[in-house]
This record gives sequence, C-alpha cells and structure tokens, in this order.
Amino acid sequence: MSAPTVTQDAVESVVRAVARGRRRRSLRRRLIITTLAVLVVAAFAVTLMAGQRFYPPGDVLRVILGEQVPGASFTVGRLRLPRAVLAVVAGFSFGLAGVTFQTMLRNPLASPDIIGISSGASAAAAIAIVSLSLGGTQVSVLAIVSALAVALLVYTLAFKDGVVGTRLILIGIGIAAILDSVTSYVLSRAGEWDLQEAMRWLTGSLNGTTWEQVLPALVALVVLTPVLLVRAGDLSALQLGDDTASALGVRVERTRVVVIVAAVGLIAFATAAAGPIAFVAFLSGPIAARILGAGGSLLVPSGLVGALLVLVADFAGQYAFGTRYPVGVVTGVLGAPYLVYLIVRTHRAGGSL
Amino acid sequence: MTTSHSLAAEGLTLGYGDRVVVESLDLAVPPGEITVIVGANACGKSTLLRSLSRLLTPREGRVVLDGKQVHRMPAKELARTLGLLPQSPVAPEGITVLDLVGRGRHPHQRLFSRWNGRDDAAVAAALEATRTTELADRAVDELSGGQRQRVWIAMALAQQTDLLLLDEPTTFLDASHQIEVLDLLTDLNRGRGTTIVMVLHDLNLAARYADHLIALAGGRLHAAGSPAEVLTEECVRAVFGLDSRIIEDPLTGRPLMLPIGRHHIRAGAPEPSR
Repeated sequence: MSAPTVTQDAVESVVRAVARGRRRRSLRRRLIITTLAVLVVAAFAVTLMAGQRFYPPGDVLRVILGEQVPGASFTVGRLRLPRAVLAVVAGFSFGLAGVTFQTMLRNPLASPDIIGISSGASAAAAIAIVSLSLGGTQVSVLAIVSALAVALLVYTLAFKDGVVGTRLILIGIGIAAILDSVTSYVLSRAGEWDLQEAMRWLTGSLNGTTWEQVLPALVALVVLTPVLLVRAGDLSALQLGDDTASALGVRVERTRVVVIVAAVGLIAFATAAAGPIAFVAFLSGPIAARILGAGGSLLVPSGLVGALLVLVADFAGQYAFGTRYPVGVVTGVLGAPYLVYLIVRTHRAGGSL
Repeated sequence: MTTSHSLAAEGLTLGYGDRVVVESLDLAVPPGEITVIVGANACGKSTLLRSLSRLLTPREGRVVLDGKQVHRMPAKELARTLGLLPQSPVAPEGITVLDLVGRGRHPHQRLFSRWNGRDDAAVAAALEATRTTELADRAVDELSGGQRQRVWIAMALAQQTDLLLLDEPTTFLDASHQIEVLDLLTDLNRGRGTTIVMVLHDLNLAARYADHLIALAGGRLHAAGSPAEVLTEECVRAVFGLDSRIIEDPLTGRPLMLPIGRHHIRAGAPEPSR
C-alpha cells in the first residue's frame, strides 16, 4: 500500500480550517464568559438596590464610595453590601472548587459537597462556634484543617491500587452523612441557639453577614484562584485519564495534591463564612459545561455560574416567597432533582457512575 | 526526516505491590524502526510499555532515552520526544475531535501561552495523516471504534514526538480497521521516521508489521530480532505454550503462524516438529 500523498495546498486549507474553528470557538467562549460576568454584576447591582426599600443606583454608588447617605448607608452599606459580596465570593469559590473536583475525578458526582468535604468544614465550624465558642479566624482555621482532613480520609479510604472515582464517591457520601449528623447533634445541643445560625451550618445562609466573615473568604479566593487557573491545562489533560495525562507531560500526583489543597481551601473558607450552601459546588460545573460545551477549561465559567446562582437564589429566598428562606434552602430545591437525575442517568448508562 | 533517538531498558525490574511482573530485562529499541512486543496474557507487555514511557517507576534498573534516565527527565521535555497512547484512554463527554486532538499540544504549551500557528499546523497535519479531517467537528463519543482509534492516534501525533509507544492499538477493532491502523502507523514510520514501539496481541499481524520483534515470556525477554528470527515454532511453544506450524506468508514472505489445536486438523497433516 502506498503512503497517502497529501498536496501542500490541501494541508494548508486544513490548517486554515483548524485555525478558523479554533478562533470561532475562542470567540464564543469569550462571549459566554463576558455575558456571565455581566449577569453577575447586574445581579449584584440589583441585590444592592432592591429589597424592602428601593435605593436608586446613585445612592448605592455613593454608599460604596464611602459617603453617608441617610437610610441607605445602613441598609445598603451594612446589610446588603457585605451580603452581596459574600454571595459572589462564596458562589465563585464553590463553583470553582466544585468543577475542579469534577474535572479531576472525571465525574460530576465527585463534587466536594457530595463527597463530604463541605460537610467536614461545616461540622468543624459548628463545633468551633457552638461548643468551643470560638470566632473569626479560629473558625476558618478549624474549618480548613477539618476539610483537608476529610479530603485525606476519603482519599485514603478509597485508595487501593490507585483511586477509582466510584469508590471515592460512595465513601465520600458515607463520610458526608456521618459529618452531617455531627453537625445536627452539635446544633441540637446548642439549646437556645437561634434558628438562623443553625440553618447556616445545615444548608448555608447569608443572613446577617458581616465584613469580618467576608474578609477571610475573599482573601482565600484571591490567593487560591490563580493557583487553580495555572493548573487549568493540566486539569484538562487529566480528564483524558491518568496515563494519557502523564504521557502529555503532566506530573499527575503533584498536580492532584496542589489542586486538591487549593480547592479544599476554597471550600473551607467559603463554608466557614456562609455555611455549606447546598449543591452550588455540585451544580455550577455541569451548568457551565452545558452552556459552554465540552472542550475548554470550565474553571472560570463555573465560578461565575456559582456566583450567579448564589446571588439569585439568595435574592429569591429573601423576597420571592412569603417567608424568608436561607439561600441554601433555595439552592437545595434546585440541586436535589438534578442529583436524582444524574444518578438515574448514570445507572441507565451502565453503572459506571 | 527526524533525528533518531535511542531508547533502551537496562536491568529493568518492574512490579505492582508485592508482585514482580518484569525481571532484570535488557532491551534496546532500534531507532527509526517499528518494534512490536508480543507475549502471553499477563507476561508484562503493558507493564514494560508503561515503564518505557515513565508511567511506572522501576524497582531496579533504568530506562534510558538518549543517554538520559527518563524517570529523571522533566515531564514536559520527555513528552515532546516520547508519546504514549494507553490501552483505554478516556474521552470527556461531548468533546469534539478537534478539541481532543488539540490536547496533544499540551507539552508544547507554556503557562498562559496563546494557541499559535504551529499548534494549528500540528493539529491539521495530525488530522490529515489519520484521515480524520472530515470528523473534526464531530463528538468523539459518536464515532465508531475504528474512527475513535484514529482520532486518539491523531492526538498522539499532534504531540509531534519522534518516538511513539502504543499499547494494543488494535484491540476491539475488526479486521479491516486493524489493518487500517497498522498501515497508518507504518506510513508514519516510513514517511516521518517516527520510531514506533507497540504491544500487539495478534502474532501474525505482529510478524507482518514489525521490523523488530520482541517476545516476552514470564516477565523475561525470550527472543528479540527480525520476525523471521523470532517467530519460530519453538518460540511460540515457549512463549504461549502452543504447538504451531510456521509457514511463509505467501503475500509478504514473512513468517505466518498456524496454531495446532486439538480439533479440525486434517488426517495426514504433518506432526509438529519437536
């Protein structure tokens, strides 16, 4: 058989077609990311302006710039602004960390809020606040240590000649159940503990957010996001399987450790501030994938989707219903059916989660 | 034509957990040729291939590429010289052929570097060589087994390595697709001088396509050389525990193995030479 002879022209037209496809795709990607960012900014602005009382954009802007505006300074500056900022920070952290895990373990169910990492942070925070009467930084530190410990525990228990996604997920779900019951127990012992605070550690809530809560989560986001973005290419290679990734020059184990620590850090700090806002980490990645299509990195889009989800769900929870619901209740209602759908679908597809 | 690289294993001992799979093995891969590794199931073929491409760290001994130990080379530098297509790579759901082939460029990209014209050219050349250009915008999950294997080979080609290792690239393919893949790899070898090392199950295909044949038995090197030297009745018996006749393939002049089972052998057929 003779080797196929390819004329120079044919190759060049293919090169042009490849370049064209690449440009089209990257344009589409930038367009979608820009749109998501604009939506986040718009939702952020709306939550600052609207509520029990409406404040015009001018008033809101003056408050942000530090001017004293009667009424608005308290409502917008003290109540709405930290709350909205935490919504963005926590949403982005959950979305980014969630999709990192889902990409690395090649499974949408492998999100940190499903496999017990959020539960670990949550249980630690509940114990720190309720039983040990700690506050601020100590709570964050305890949450991150505990989240890392849970990640390590799940990883170790799932390890047998390498880590198989399904085993890790099932073990993670079990650990999550144990930790959730620890949280419930601690809260039940809290006696006259106010319901709002309890809900924060069970489903996540932004009620009564203060700047002291926002700051550590914001710093963590600013520090850890670049760590993950630098690894975006390695993560994409890991999606092809560990062997293919290392054949492509990825240091698989090292990448995995760095990425896990960074993602767990994001989850822990965000959870210490806002509680384990249900299903945001789990939902953001698949939603971003649905919008963007497979191919490019989902890290930033998923973070934006997470921020948007939390902003909108929190706003809806406050004003769309007769009672005020914490944000986690709203995202929980959205997320649970999707979880069921995913499990049913993977079950039909043949059991390999 | 590419420069030739030398790849060799020296006193290689490999294993998983307590199990030793390959024991003090020496071999040299002839540059610019197609080397095929054959052997019975679980004789350490895939393990050896994984170790040659640094996926498995040796217990003892070393793998040497151009005088350097592969397990000590920077990962990306190695990945620009030596490519590997594992037995069952995973394609992310819904990924298009173009995107998947593009991932082969990973070792050539630096942090935050933009996709450039060289990347486009490499991807285009890989698509053309594997005749997958028409499939570029299709999702990988929709393709047939043969098409999918060609796409994976295209990804490995986009990596533009002078050495390409493949673990059973023809498994799960029907006869015509097996030949298609092996012809494609031969084109690559003859056209670009890519050194190819692959594990194959089918002895006759191995004998037909190999320039250099390596037979492993029980984790040790049984024989290495040209197919005519290696594929003998004695070798088939030692490596696979199978009685056979070796005849000359009338199409290629290379050895062709006819297995002797317990059934269907015509009366009066000559006994295997012991």
